[in-house]
Amino acid sequence: MHEMSVAQSLIDIIRSEMDKNAVTTLQTVKVKAGRINAIVPEALETAFWSLTQGTSLEGARLELETVPLELECGSCGTRFISSTEDTLLLHAECPNCGWEFGHRVITGRELYIEYIEAD
Amino acid sequence: MQIQVVRKILEHNEETAKRLHDTFRSHKTLVINLMSSPGAGKTTLLEATLDTLQRSFNTAVIEGDISTTRDAERIAATGAQTLQINTDGACHLDSSMLLQALEHLDLSSLDLLFIENVGNLVCPAEFDLGEDVTVTLLSVPEGDDKPEKYPGMFAKSHALILNKTDLLPYLSFDVKRAETAARTVNRDLLFFAVSAATGEGLEGWTQWIADRVREKKAA
Repeated sequence: MHEMSVAQSLIDIIRSEMDKNAVTTLQTVKVKAGRINAIVPEALETAFWSLTQGTSLEGARLELETVPLELECGSCGTRFISSTEDTLLLHAECPNCGWEFGHRVITGRELYIEYIEAD
Repeated sequence: MQIQVVRKILEHNEETAKRLHDTFRSHKTLVINLMSSPGAGKTTLLEATLDTLQRSFNTAVIEGDISTTRDAERIAATGAQTLQINTDGACHLDSSMLLQALEHLDLSSLDLLFIENVGNLVCPAEFDLGEDVTVTLLSVPEGDDKPEKYPGMFAKSHALILNKTDLLPYLSFDVKRAETAARTVNRDLLFFAVSAATGEGLEGWTQWIADRVREKKAA
């Protein structure tokens, strides 16, 4: 349950950005999380909700977008999106040459706030 | 209004980890972050590893545990300087916890520092500790599908150690499958197959660490 730590860091950044921009009411926070970043959306939502209850951020909406796992083939260098629909099991055969391992992760590990909407 | 932020959520942890990394560099101490599921054998591997490496290097261990000092007591029995961090329920170590713990260690006298992370295959992967070497330990009874299920941890590691190979004859564990899956997302991942209990395969692992320690000293 590292989502609690993640939610706390998220709130710290939101507050610092709100102070910087002299806004007081948060409507939305947009977060992008890579697919192999072990963030469980529901757990992060629950953590965010519980940490904002009774504070000035109460009622704000957390929007979470998953960034797909983009790989660079370990054999031919082709970049491709790992196509598996199962969010856990990795299957990553290069569509160009069929190579299955030794790929480099291009996207899929990030975890950042993209923007906030506030007044 | 919409305010573009684009900041890493764990930026505070990463900044502290960077500072720690610089500190480790200035003291030329090699730091290893050891992660695994609970029960994979981190402490047993460390006991066996320290047995060899302590002959050549000044070594300390930071033990991360949710509670109890059991592991720290086992490590202290090897003669290595041991420091306990109890996370009080937190599922991982973060760089601020490490920074605080380091106040009690004299890095200038250390060649090698192991950090035994909290047993968990998910959360520790997200928290850099400023280490030089990230190692994931996987044990045979856990099953060969773990790298596929927890790619984040294997993607960020420098080395994968498969432990409890003495149990391979009794369990259906496909070593090639685990190794290949772990390498799917990490082309440079090193692989060691060991049994910390019998000592089998440990030489390659300890030699690799010894080389890294000397490399850092010479840098």
